[in-house]
Amino acid sequence: MSRRRLLPLLPALTMLALLGPVVAGLWGTVLPAFGHLPAAGLTGPSLDPFRDLFGWAGLPRAVMLSVGTGVLATVMSLAIVMLVTAGWSGTRVFGVLERLLSPLLAVPHAAAAFGLAFLIAPSGWLARLTSPGLTGWDRPPDLLIVQDSWGLAMTAGLIVKEVPFLLLITLAALGQADAQRSVRVAQALGYGRLTGWLKTVFPRVYAQIRPPVYVVLAYAMSVVDVAVILGPNTPPSLSVQIVKLTAHPDLSYRLEAAAGAVLQLLLVIGALLVWRLGEGAVAALGRRWITAGARGKADPAVAGLALVAGAVSALAVFLGLVVLGVWSVAGFWGFPDALPDRITMANWLRFGPGTLQALGETALIAVVAALVALVLTIGCLEAEYRHKLRVSQRAVWVLYIPLLVPQTAFLPGLQTLMLTLGADVGRVPVMLVHLVFVLPYVFLSLADPFRAWDARMGVIAAALRASPDSILWRVRLPMLLRPVLTAFAVGLAVSVGQYLATLLIGGGRVATLTTEAVALASGGDRRAIGVYGLMQTGAALVPFALALLIPALVWRNRKGLRHG
Amino acid sequence: MKHLAVLAALLAPLPVMADVDPADWDAVTAQAAGQTVYWNAWGGSTTTNDFIAWVGSRVAQDYGVTLNHVKLTDTADAVTRVLSEKQAGQNENGAIDMIWINGANFAAMKEADLLFGPYAEQLPNWALADFENKPALQTDFTVPVDGYESPWAMAQVVFVHDTARMPDPLGSMDALLGWAQANPGRFSYPQPPDFLGTTFLKQVLIDLLPNPSVLAEPATDANYDAVTAPLWAYLDALTPHLWREGRAYPASGPAQLQLIADAEVDLAISFSPGEATAAIVNNQLPDTVRTFVLDKGTIGNASFVAIPYNSGAKAGAMVVANFLMSPEAQARAQDPAILGYGTVLAMDKLSDADRALFETLDLGIATLTPAELGVVQDEPHPTWMTRISDDWVARYGVAQ
Repeated sequence: MSRRRLLPLLPALTMLALLGPVVAGLWGTVLPAFGHLPAAGLTGPSLDPFRDLFGWAGLPRAVMLSVGTGVLATVMSLAIVMLVTAGWSGTRVFGVLERLLSPLLAVPHAAAAFGLAFLIAPSGWLARLTSPGLTGWDRPPDLLIVQDSWGLAMTAGLIVKEVPFLLLITLAALGQADAQRSVRVAQALGYGRLTGWLKTVFPRVYAQIRPPVYVVLAYAMSVVDVAVILGPNTPPSLSVQIVKLTAHPDLSYRLEAAAGAVLQLLLVIGALLVWRLGEGAVAALGRRWITAGARGKADPAVAGLALVAGAVSALAVFLGLVVLGVWSVAGFWGFPDALPDRITMANWLRFGPGTLQALGETALIAVVAALVALVLTIGCLEAEYRHKLRVSQRAVWVLYIPLLVPQTAFLPGLQTLMLTLGADVGRVPVMLVHLVFVLPYVFLSLADPFRAWDARMGVIAAALRASPDSILWRVRLPMLLRPVLTAFAVGLAVSVGQYLATLLIGGGRVATLTTEAVALASGGDRRAIGVYGLMQTGAALVPFALALLIPALVWRNRKGLRHG
Repeated sequence: MKHLAVLAALLAPLPVMADVDPADWDAVTAQAAGQTVYWNAWGGSTTTNDFIAWVGSRVAQDYGVTLNHVKLTDTADAVTRVLSEKQAGQNENGAIDMIWINGANFAAMKEADLLFGPYAEQLPNWALADFENKPALQTDFTVPVDGYESPWAMAQVVFVHDTARMPDPLGSMDALLGWAQANPGRFSYPQPPDFLGTTFLKQVLIDLLPNPSVLAEPATDANYDAVTAPLWAYLDALTPHLWREGRAYPASGPAQLQLIADAEVDLAISFSPGEATAAIVNNQLPDTVRTFVLDKGTIGNASFVAIPYNSGAKAGAMVVANFLMSPEAQARAQDPAILGYGTVLAMDKLSDADRALFETLDLGIATLTPAELGVVQDEPHPTWMTRISDDWVARYGVAQ
């Protein structure tokens, strides 16, 4: 009885879990932005916070950094993914690249950024491997590569992480775009593979991957952890400045932080609008290009270039993880030695216990957040199935709202609001806020396989007098074991990678692998960063391995069920 | 009798547990058992983190106190936290039980009545502290401590140089400028408001001023510009010759030492005479690194711990504070293989066995002896640091 009443409630509960913290956080941002912060004895409305913000000499540069790095990272990663897919999908090379890139999706942003920093700095591994032999350097050149004023290192750090994300999204969309046949027809008409794909398949694929592309744009414009590790500091990007102001001992600085957060939100909205207009412009140009009928002479060159870019992007993350590994076991490692003077387990013995403690906290939060997300997701999908609900496109956008609103726009507000209400920070609020980011990914990951399940199985089971509940538990979910576990692993990985949510809502008391690793960034102890970065990567990757392994074990004598 | 007392305690309306009297040490240790202490301390140095973890294991063993290290990137974060708790009316069981603190943050918290105390001079181990000869134990950045924080380490500015690339020490800030001009890109300092970065700025100012005594009084609008003018002129001359031409700075002291190991710079500043040796032991610096101080001396101060007024574990925090001042903890902190921090204790007040803990320590190849460390200069009043730091951010923090 109770369950029957619970099920229809789940979609509403899901909406609340998704949107509640975002709306509350934005409310907690807007009030202080206009000078209202009773906790600091300030009552608005007033425009002083914005006056302070615009009085900061670093603002133009900080805004330019946020917009520039965000847009550039999105354009570059989208271009790489589209051109690689256009030039190579269906080939063996593409299969290899896909297998290389997929696991990188789970690598946390912070770990990838550390790896990249250790790789490309003037005294980084690339310089060490080639010095002094090739370069003639016996001391590193005084070049501003990491933390460069233009944010190029930070942009690169974002690209190497967004390429795998967009590639997997694109792969999922390809199935519904009738890509292979379209390209074959185009090729029969004399078009090159790449040009043919761009002219026939791209419009359909892009229409499907549009929401994730927007997510990438919003995320890249407001990222904090990557910016702290790879971005400039004189001044930093707007998001980092907001976080810095939020941490100022003088509470009145939160007003300026809130004004910055409102600006950040407006920038993201503006960029999304401009991007939307840009889509129209690209479409118009594209139509002219299509009618012009060029067959694509430059195809091989472009495809080759795209492949190199994709491979470099994958390689950068891989080598980055390798160099994290080398640092984690390094004795003394001076420039320009290619390797440490000796390999030692001392660093792991020293930092291992600390990482285990952080791993426990990370795992607890991730498992709870991912489990709750899974229950809500299955509940929504089952309610949709049993009550024959149709999901409109608009409802799908709700899933994307928490991913589109910049974290720096609502998390500081949420923290200030909780403070005003006297609510305690700690583990449970952190779990709730993680849920906001975990839920959309779990839902998006599970929705398609869940809906694609052959409903005739349910009819058969019902004919055998199985109740709807037992059909769900005994037929549908076991058959969907692999996608359910994959969705769970996705949820875990998303939670493991959360930095700002854990830092702000945890009030500093909740120490996960990610917050510990980013905190170590300022200390610059590479051995510790190596150990924490690898643990963090492991925490995100191992669940994926298990999601592959467990169905294979459980269904070892039920071959037909293995692939869900 | 015992039962009666329990009964009375149960019958009495549940009062807010009154703060324990620091002078009644037995009551303190009794109440401390089972408490969890959240120690908010800068977490940027892995050697310090290890030391704090060791302190945690020892107080758990001896007193049943659980110590949790909340790793801060900036001590100001903890001040914010307590302040916002007070403003939100959370006057009990605040999130923070103890803060590693000194200088401006202490002055701000003491001024705003955010600290529990006085307690420091009631701690049993205070009797062993060398407050007669170390005025910094009772005057923190010219602000009277009044027992609102207890000391646990002595610090003094030293400069760290890699003799493989920079053989000779420098005697003054003017010499440093000349050397930087001759060796562009080979020096940097942590980016203010990092405390070590602001310390570098203060050290420059003290070394340049013919008579730094003006810094002992709070900065005023009337004298600030004139007094700090030489500092800004100096920095304007120095900045183009810094690492990355001053367009980027290391985030903290340890990050700056890493730059020496990377051969990116040859010279760095440190606030701990033993830090370089500890870093050599931990493979973080080459063994060619040595330290030096300036001819006129360098700034010295003490590191303290303070207890917020709304801590729910004041007894536990006092037990930790007292343990930090124990000969056992002090000798471990001074061991260059562990931390290399200076001790706050007076050797002549210790028992022979305790004194032996210190005398058998090998200070290490890159640590100066107390005699070599020379003159210890006083910290300026915190108002100087705050204004200089803000000014630096405005002048160089957005300089593109």
